Amino acid sequence: MSTDPTNPHRPDLLRRRLLMGMAAAPFMGLAARSAFAQAPATAAVNTTGLAVTDTEVTVGILHSVTGTMAISETGSVQAEKLAIEQINAMGGVLGRKIKIIQEDGASDWPNFAEKAKKLLVNDKCASVFGCWTSASRKAVLPVFEQYNGMLYYPTFYEGLEQSKNVIYTGQEATQQIIAGLDWVNKTKGAKTFYLLGSDYIWPRTSNKIARKHIEGHLAGGKVVGEEYFPLGHTQFNSVINKIKLVKPDVIYAIIVGGSNVAFYKQLKAAGIDLSKQTLLTISVTEDEIDGIGGENIAGAFACMKYFQSLDNPNNKAFVEAFHKMWGDKTVIGDVTQAAYLGPWLWKYTVEKAGSFDIDKVAAASPGVEFKGAPEGYVRIHENHHLWSKTRVGKARADGQYDVIYETADLVEPDPFPKGYQ
Amino acid sequence: MSVFSKERYGFLARSEILGLLALAALIVVVVPLSLDIFRLNLVGKYLTYAFVAIGLVLCWGFGGILSLGQGIFFGLGGYCMAMFLKLEASSVENTKIQSTPGIPDFMDWNQLTSLPWFWQPFKSLPLTLIAVVAVPAVFAFVIGTAMFKRRVGGVYFAIITQAVAAILTILIIGQQGFTGGINGITDLRTLLGWDIRTDHAKYVLYFVNAALLMGVLVLGYFVRASKLGRILVAMRDKEDRVRFSGYSVASFKTFVFCLAAALAAVGGAMFTLQVGFMSPSFVGIVPSIEMVIYTAVGGRLSLIGAVYGTLLVNAAKTALSESFPQLWLLGLGGLFIAVVLAFPNGLAGIWGAWIAPWFARLTKSGSHGSAVANGSPAE
Amino acid sequence: MFEGYSLGDLASIFVMQGFAGLILFSVFVLMALGLAIIFGQMGVINMAHGEFMILGAYVTWMCSQIFQNYIPALFPIYFFVAMALAFVASGALGMLVEWALIRHLYKRPLDTLLATWGLSLILQQVYRSVFGPREVGVDLPSWMMGSLQLTDTIEVQINGLFVMSLTVVITVVVAFLMFRSGWGRQVRAVVQNRVMAGAVGIDTEKVDRLTFGIGCGIAGVAGSAFTMIGSTGPTAGQLYIVDTFLVVVFGGAQSLLGTILSAFTISQAQSTMEFFLSGSIAKVLTLLGVVGILMLRPQGLFVLKIRR
Repeated sequence: MSTDPTNPHRPDLLRRRLLMGMAAAPFMGLAARSAFAQAPATAAVNTTGLAVTDTEVTVGILHSVTGTMAISETGSVQAEKLAIEQINAMGGVLGRKIKIIQEDGASDWPNFAEKAKKLLVNDKCASVFGCWTSASRKAVLPVFEQYNGMLYYPTFYEGLEQSKNVIYTGQEATQQIIAGLDWVNKTKGAKTFYLLGSDYIWPRTSNKIARKHIEGHLAGGKVVGEEYFPLGHTQFNSVINKIKLVKPDVIYAIIVGGSNVAFYKQLKAAGIDLSKQTLLTISVTEDEIDGIGGENIAGAFACMKYFQSLDNPNNKAFVEAFHKMWGDKTVIGDVTQAAYLGPWLWKYTVEKAGSFDIDKVAAASPGVEFKGAPEGYVRIHENHHLWSKTRVGKARADGQYDVIYETADLVEPDPFPKGYQ
Repeated sequence: MSVFSKERYGFLARSEILGLLALAALIVVVVPLSLDIFRLNLVGKYLTYAFVAIGLVLCWGFGGILSLGQGIFFGLGGYCMAMFLKLEASSVENTKIQSTPGIPDFMDWNQLTSLPWFWQPFKSLPLTLIAVVAVPAVFAFVIGTAMFKRRVGGVYFAIITQAVAAILTILIIGQQGFTGGINGITDLRTLLGWDIRTDHAKYVLYFVNAALLMGVLVLGYFVRASKLGRILVAMRDKEDRVRFSGYSVASFKTFVFCLAAALAAVGGAMFTLQVGFMSPSFVGIVPSIEMVIYTAVGGRLSLIGAVYGTLLVNAAKTALSESFPQLWLLGLGGLFIAVVLAFPNGLAGIWGAWIAPWFARLTKSGSHGSAVANGSPAE
Repeated sequence: MFEGYSLGDLASIFVMQGFAGLILFSVFVLMALGLAIIFGQMGVINMAHGEFMILGAYVTWMCSQIFQNYIPALFPIYFFVAMALAFVASGALGMLVEWALIRHLYKRPLDTLLATWGLSLILQQVYRSVFGPREVGVDLPSWMMGSLQLTDTIEVQINGLFVMSLTVVITVVVAFLMFRSGWGRQVRAVVQNRVMAGAVGIDTEKVDRLTFGIGCGIAGVAGSAFTMIGSTGPTAGQLYIVDTFLVVVFGGAQSLLGTILSAFTISQAQSTMEFFLSGSIAKVLTLLGVVGILMLRPQGLFVLKIRR
């Protein structure tokens, strides 16, 4: 293979290790307390037969590196590897270096289930960082519950789920949607919304929540259209014509994957000027803009918890380390950042629990904080989702977002929202 | 049946009986003894694809009808079984946090407040078992009758089955309130109260699956040796002559297509039971074509080869994707090309041309390769 | 269905939907022409057709990068260079594939299907390894973006016009090649009777290779044009393949005119339904309609009577 985007080149590994150590310096202060503590005996921290030795602990990474989803999941793999390398440079977890076993989900949900089982049953992984689509998570969830594993799931998703065996490091739908709608209603006076989505569970559930909020909580709010397209659809001219006729205040788009490229290119070609027509999306991160082309989407608003351009010291260090490891041109989207949180949250939880045992880690998770998170401060809620801020970014022509709004407080995760079902 | 009256086991040649016994020994004795339950469960999953491959040998190898939509039937069978299991898993007390308890979780998320009518029959296991075979067979009958009566064949049939697979996938994904959408039907737990997720259940299901597979193989040999089988081969090679001889070509084709569909559906139902969920990703075009390659690798004229082909391709897939995920697609693609260019008769061809003669020389007893006896397809 | 729209609105709907349908029509024709030549004239089922298109798209992307970085002055016209290169690259790969693979399989059409499917898997992985798993965005020169405002409510997209004119040009060139050139005469002779064509001195192998190459080359140009409206990623080609085959089969495989008319029918039906129904349902209904009609008329809309 001439290039493998998830595998750093070997020759300059030593130099990179040193750089990683330096890049991780900002995190050291807050974690040094436990990182360099005397390693406790294996028998004491691992009572259930996980793959933990005196010097090593094995974790799994389970994403698609082949198939249609490789487009999206590559960033997550990169972020998880970066976090693990940084943690190892600081001395590992409970004095043990993290060893990675990576499996390929191959964009095939049943295959995810098979590989998850392998990671848990055969490899006895102490935790698994992985999955991207809801379908892959639904496929592995019974496996994690049956064999008692720990999954850190990075994607923003539709909610309606909560498990002892999963930590959701992305936002669930209400966190991501409500703040954005309130914002566009207040600052733009938006009343009419046209909802668009790819035809599967996340866009449909998200639009359902959006519709309830628009019609129930926004003054004069009205949904003037709602439409779904098969995954991979590339012809949006008809719906664009409809939008031109209906003239909604806001186009609310939850289109995913390759369809995005077609949608925004055709929107621009049809003369819809995003500096005049408000478009709010929750599905386009910097990763997607790479394919869409910045000039095609400039002026659109995106509502999520992280943007690469976020201005804080944690994020600066993170972006720099990420670029050192994976190249300067690699962009970092919301999910990539959420994937980066996984290994860190796991490390802090294990150290809080004083044990690798899954039950103890699950029980210790609520309340665990990560002050060095690139997005700012995050904390795990009792429902295993994260407290996090929601932000609105405005797309620039160079493929980045300007952060123009963020919620004052952390938004509480509410995977089973009352009144929105 | 005349083949029965002439001699006992008349429709099986001696070499075929030996082959069946060897395969039975492999999957019932050797594999369970040498693999742990995790790997055994994987083999069980592969063997469910073998049902599809055997159906394809009958329909494509003997009948000359290449269907690129076998995933439709595998999926339909699997979905029927999954609907039953899902209803059992969605008892009122299991789903009491929903706004409408007692219906599957994904329906609740999609604001359905009662069970749709076509889910009702799946409350009963006997009806479900009938549906597993009947729904795909009827679907195949409709497609088959429409196409074969109009003498659509070969390439056109292949492309249309593909289109049907595409339509069904879009429908299943789009109607998520009724079907679970792209997530499929997940989190299946018990069969009549018996927990299918335990290791013990996995062992039992593996052996049930293996027994069914052997039964289907014997059925396949029976069909092939019967008059029907001979007409199929004749049709494949000279369709017009068979038609002029007074046979209703369309009916024979429809029958074998339905049979292949029913076999695929049994495989799908066993898949659901062993893996614990069903997903629309089996209905689409990509898995359907992948299933054709299992048959091609095994040898499109060899029923038993289909099983070995399925096992070999899937084992290679698992092994390669664990160590070199990027290589897997190159390997699979290369396999397609190699099988077509160099080994048109697949494993069975290699066996018949190289290994069997070598055996024969070694044992000095005449055993002839069954695959070669049927002759190559003349297209 | 029409409530809430005024008469004037309906008129503009009609015009703009007609235009959207014409763009879709051009896209279908571009996709299907190459396939129609390969499938219709040679009887080869090329499942890797989508991957040949994506090769054209990647060539276009590389061109845009090179022009942007090294000769920005010529950037406004890079697209024409890119299309020519896409034709050459896909065509050359096509001829290579014909030589290495297809020519061994002319007697076994179903096997070409399997072999080219294998080829498509290999090409996808090669693209992923070479260009990365992420999608690439192709920058267009600014004159190709935006739209012409005809009236208040009617706008015409420039890249839509571009795709349409490209389609017309390619169709005319193909028709000319097929029906007026020496090569076309040879192709038609080989299609109608291969043995006889060989007997009168036509080098059938050379004709086959050239035909396959030209078919793939057209796919490359189509891929190049698609960078304006769709996405470019390693697996994007797979999206098109079923639609494309349906267009070709629906039109009647041997007839180029049939391909064009079937593309027109399918695209107009789909874009009209998309306006009044949701995208997913429109797609299902279109496919169902095509399959239904094919069941009634399996030979397609137009058939060329030839001796088999």
